[in-house]
Amino acid sequence: MGIQVDGVTKRFGSFTALNDVSLDVPAGSLTALLGPSGSGKSTLLRVIAGLERPDAGTVTISSEDATGLAPRKRGVGFVFQHYAAFKHMTVRDNIAFGLKIRKRPRAEVRARVDDLLDLVQLQPFADRYPSQLSGGQRQRMALARALAVEPKVLLLDEPFGALDTRVRSELREWLHRLHEEVRVTTVFVTHDQEEAMALADQIAVLHEGRIEQVGSPYDLYDHPQTPFVMSFVGAAVQLGEHWVRQHDLDLHLEPTAGAFEARVERITRLGFEARIELQLVEGDTVWAQMTCAELDRLDLERGGTVWILADRAHVFAGRE
Amino acid sequence: MRKLTLRTVALGYLALILLGPLSIVFWRAFEKGFGPAWSAVTTPDAVHAFRLTLEIAAIAVPANAIFGVLCALLIVRHPFPGKGLLNALVDLPLALSPVVVGFALFLLYGRTGWFGSWLSAHGIQILFAMPSMILATAFVSIPFVVREVVPVLREIGTDQEQAAETLGASQWQVFRRITYPAIRWAVAYGVVLTTARSLGEYGAVSVVSGRLAGQTETATLYVSDRYENFDIVGAYAASVVLALIAILVLLTMNILRPKEGVH
Repeated sequence: MGIQVDGVTKRFGSFTALNDVSLDVPAGSLTALLGPSGSGKSTLLRVIAGLERPDAGTVTISSEDATGLAPRKRGVGFVFQHYAAFKHMTVRDNIAFGLKIRKRPRAEVRARVDDLLDLVQLQPFADRYPSQLSGGQRQRMALARALAVEPKVLLLDEPFGALDTRVRSELREWLHRLHEEVRVTTVFVTHDQEEAMALADQIAVLHEGRIEQVGSPYDLYDHPQTPFVMSFVGAAVQLGEHWVRQHDLDLHLEPTAGAFEARVERITRLGFEARIELQLVEGDTVWAQMTCAELDRLDLERGGTVWILADRAHVFAGRE
Repeated sequence: MRKLTLRTVALGYLALILLGPLSIVFWRAFEKGFGPAWSAVTTPDAVHAFRLTLEIAAIAVPANAIFGVLCALLIVRHPFPGKGLLNALVDLPLALSPVVVGFALFLLYGRTGWFGSWLSAHGIQILFAMPSMILATAFVSIPFVVREVVPVLREIGTDQEQAAETLGASQWQVFRRITYPAIRWAVAYGVVLTTARSLGEYGAVSVVSGRLAGQTETATLYVSDRYENFDIVGAYAASVVLALIAILVLLTMNILRPKEGVH
């Protein structure tokens, strides 16, 4: 059950968008494909949907080999970043589209669309056209449209990317509740690590067409396997061989064994937390993060010398 | 002030180039009253010429509309090697003189032409008959639907079509329910231009038709025939009918077209 991607490679001309990618999406999970732009995350989603044909590898959806199947035969619901609303149809007709294509009885279509309009809270807007809706409403309509056909998997391509921050976090919350309710296997693409951490129970980090690591948000944050994952999922600094999170840097006013000597360049208080910019004697500039209370206890001052201890650092053997 | 100058120049130019000659046509046609004009356009030859023109358009326009949409889909949605060539070829009729088109058809289908000997051996008459006139008309009016539809297809993008596909629509259903509604007005506008061009075609048809009055004479050929025979009222009256048909086509289009800004 769920989705299995096995050894998928996809090239566009001389550019390799996906390089031998394998991924297992458990049934009923909410999985995020996380990566910077150009990492291949959207291409992977489109390969699962059948909108792109892989050059090598297979895609299995609900134990059925879907590699050669047309998108319409895969039982997927796809939500596009820019909504892909059918502009010449009302909200109701947009949502009913897949059911009408399947020639379901009219009464059934009506009842199902009414249920979905309630689910996405668009009942008052049923007879409007997409151009009369806000971005968030359009995206909810697109979600209802995808859910109408009871897909085996729901695929979302940067679903909140085109929305402003407030609507984005609302919709994120809403999608989370929806998934609790509907429990359909869901894969969404995002470049926002916070969004991935907040929503997903499994995250696959992509980088240059490869999967760097797959795991729970906790795994990725606390047990990153590559420097890329460490610095992309949450911020990190490099001290020689050591990669360490900013909030794991221990600052000492006295020389300490194994510590890096640095000068305090700047102290910025951001309400609860504070950032301290440090100039290492060896040349690099790093910044440390702590609460303002800790900062007060340390009694740092600009221009002073500190010793940085990175006990909770990760060392990635044989990498970069 | 500048607005006024701009307006004067634009309207003045239109009056000089377009309205002037057109009103002369109307004026000369009805110079001796409505009666002579009416009888000039209701002679058997005139009626036959109008009917022939409409029949040719009735075949050439739908053919070009269907080809135009397919061709636009091919150019925008299914890139293939040689796409650039197709794109350029579509515009060829705009650049090429219709007379040249006529002669090309002559070379192909004439008694000594490539296909001509085979066709005449099988008793199929292309030249000096409807088939060659339809071919000539279709040739000169090919670009319009393609040129109207291509930019609209580019603008709407593929998201809606792909969304429909994931929702279970077949290729035909995607075209019928998503693509066609979006390009409908571009197609309609292209059809209007194709129709106008077909009704007005003269050069190529003149070469291939043989211009036999009452047989292979279209409306434009009839006008020129009347003029050359010093039947001034006949020539102008027939011109008026052609102009009226053109205006009717444009009006129909404007009435059918939805007001801008609706959804």
